[in-house]
Amino acid sequence: MATTQDKKTEAGSGFVYLPLIVGWLVPGAGHFLLRKWGRGALLAASILGMFSIGIAMQGKLYAGAHDILDFLGLAGDLGNGLLYVVSRAAGWGADQVTVTTGDYGTRFLVVAGLLNVIAAVDAHNLRTGRKA
Amino acid sequence: MFRPSHFAAVVLFALFASVVFGITMRETPRRMVRYGLYCFVLFVGSAIVLSWLMFLIAR
Repeated sequence: MATTQDKKTEAGSGFVYLPLIVGWLVPGAGHFLLRKWGRGALLAASILGMFSIGIAMQGKLYAGAHDILDFLGLAGDLGNGLLYVVSRAAGWGADQVTVTTGDYGTRFLVVAGLLNVIAAVDAHNLRTGRKA
Repeated sequence: MFRPSHFAAVVLFALFASVVFGITMRETPRRMVRYGLYCFVLFVGSAIVLSWLMFLIAR
């Protein structure tokens, strides 16, 4: 029978930041790595869905930080990990917001990134045993 | 180009955010579902209440 000390030792072995990094790079992948298939699939669907809708609404992907608001937007967008890199490379999203839905789309993209960071931290907490 | 109405955008936003909040903020599946539903209702409900407030103020 595994004791609490055994579980802590098991949870603490290996590279504990791997789920955090993988989860940040690919939405839901941190949970998949920990064999939390259902949670990972729901998180991936939610974050990918939000990001895709943001792109489909012609939301703006922040490319640089010219002022504090741009910096905050860029920080949020970077939370999307590889999605941000691929989207920038493919030229998706708008450079300038010209329609109302584009403004909503920009928020969807930023919030998708922030939700992905929350999901990645959750995967880290599962890995360290802080959360069941 | 995808052009949802304001309300549809609110519902989509609330849905995705609530799923992530529910999964990450609670530990058991039952509590995750309950917290997700709670967040969804708060998101959509507060948007409706604020919209009516702005409508009445603007009159």
